[in-house]
Amino acid sequence: MTTQPARASKTRLSFETVSPYLYILPSLLLFTLFVFYPFAKTIYLSLNLTDQTGSAIQFVGLDNFKSVLIGQSSRDFFFSLQITLKYAAMVVTGSLALGLICAILANEEFRGRGLVRTVFAMPMSISSACIAVIGVFALNPTMGVINSLLGTNIKWLRDIHYALPSVAVVTVWMNIGLNFIFLIAALQNVDASLYEAGAIEGANFFQKHWHITLPSVSPTLFFLLIINVINAFQAYAQIRLMTQGGPGKYTRTIIYAIYLEAFQNNRYGMSSAMSVVLFIILFVLTLIQFKMEKKVTY
Amino acid sequence: MVKTSKGAVLLIALVSFMLAVVIVSPLLYCLSASFMTEKELYATKLLPAALSLDNYRSALRVAPIFRFILNSTFVAIACTAAQLFTGSLAGYAFGCLEFRGRKPLFLLFLATMMIPGNAIIIANYLTMAQMKLLNSYWALILPYMTSAFCVFNMRQAYMSLPAELREAAIIDGCNSFQFFLHVGLPLTVPFLGSLGIYTFLQIWNQYLWPLLVTNSIEMRTVQIGIGMLQNSDAMAYGPVMAGTIMILIPSVLVFILGQKTLISGLTAGSVKG
Repeated sequence: MTTQPARASKTRLSFETVSPYLYILPSLLLFTLFVFYPFAKTIYLSLNLTDQTGSAIQFVGLDNFKSVLIGQSSRDFFFSLQITLKYAAMVVTGSLALGLICAILANEEFRGRGLVRTVFAMPMSISSACIAVIGVFALNPTMGVINSLLGTNIKWLRDIHYALPSVAVVTVWMNIGLNFIFLIAALQNVDASLYEAGAIEGANFFQKHWHITLPSVSPTLFFLLIINVINAFQAYAQIRLMTQGGPGKYTRTIIYAIYLEAFQNNRYGMSSAMSVVLFIILFVLTLIQFKMEKKVTY
Repeated sequence: MVKTSKGAVLLIALVSFMLAVVIVSPLLYCLSASFMTEKELYATKLLPAALSLDNYRSALRVAPIFRFILNSTFVAIACTAAQLFTGSLAGYAFGCLEFRGRKPLFLLFLATMMIPGNAIIIANYLTMAQMKLLNSYWALILPYMTSAFCVFNMRQAYMSLPAELREAAIIDGCNSFQFFLHVGLPLTVPFLGSLGIYTFLQIWNQYLWPLLVTNSIEMRTVQIGIGMLQNSDAMAYGPVMAGTIMILIPSVLVFILGQKTLISGLTAGSVKG
């Protein structure tokens, strides 16, 4: 390494105070352009009437929000919200429970464990589009394997009772991988002496996991809960490819409704207002989850 | 670890394998169907009598799948490289350097994780339209050249380097950037590896953004390509399954080759269990 000439030391000093900002500049610029600016723009558009190209043409204050929350679009919006909540509840409980079961099983020692772990983690590499088309095929009333295995004759994706659970099951499958990975890592950090103490007390398999494992991995479960809820609220590909929001509006989640409002109806102002409401809902949900975590975790 | 009885181990192994079969079955079903003739598909057979490649041929006829794979590979590699680069730079600054406003700036970065991507995607689409970048690689790549997730994990990586290392290098006359380039980057390779695999898979599997910003067949990415196959003929499940297998291969391969790095890295710094 070369030694700096003494003369340059003063300029280097001032460069040293500026240089940390240069390291963060690329990310900061990109965030500004593609996260902060669109976020501000979404709020701005939500307060305006827009034209076909998405430019604001008239400031309308909270009219869009009124329309979404209490006006003519409110029935559709709250129906979408209800669908989204049902969907999120099914997806989140299903994928957390299965992820945890997989992690507990694959944390025990047995031959072939490595292969089992690979399979449990693998869904994280499969795209929602791929698993959605496989789902569409498997659930096809006449050609699909599901009806033929169950001996049923159900139009899974065209029936208002089965469409949403069908999409949810496919999403649960997708989410298992990531939940499994984080939970098995958490399990490996659980203090082994806790299990030894449990064994002395004579705890069986289920007592052991209920009283020791579950509390020990609860921080990871909360972290995953937040991620899973946010992802469930944002699901798009599987709904588009499996049901297109149908039958009727029975799988039209908020994100899907936002998309339709913008690109089918060209009402970018309304769609932005719905996006803002979605953001507030997610923000409140995350806050509640953080509050809960503080209360429950040991 | 507490010893589990032999019977219990056997039971656990059995349940695990059954669950593994259930989880992998959609993919095996897809693979099996991709080789079936139309007759077999209509008869809901589980296995084809012979391995017919007709579905693959017709999938390739309907959609330029190799072009899609090329597009997705290029975009995923470009985004991954960019994210690792911008993430390393910012992670290094937040993890190793002292400067005013470090904490609020880091919190600002983390705040981007709170903004749901799909809720601002329409505004981003309008930006791209205004910049006349729709239907270009720029549109696919630009918004995904950095991520808070990457910055956060790289900060963890740089914080895990011993502070004496940097002090010693500075005393030896290494300037801050030289330390980053010659010491920091090589030492954080394991983190870069796992983050890289994760990011690659995320970008490869993107759906909504490429759907919005591309409209010509030559610019489409793999996930949109699948939808195209599905729409081309409502009942042609054979070619759809063949196409799905073709676009699954790269991502599953990346996952299988990288799973060790991926799993150890993803779970090392990010969450404390």
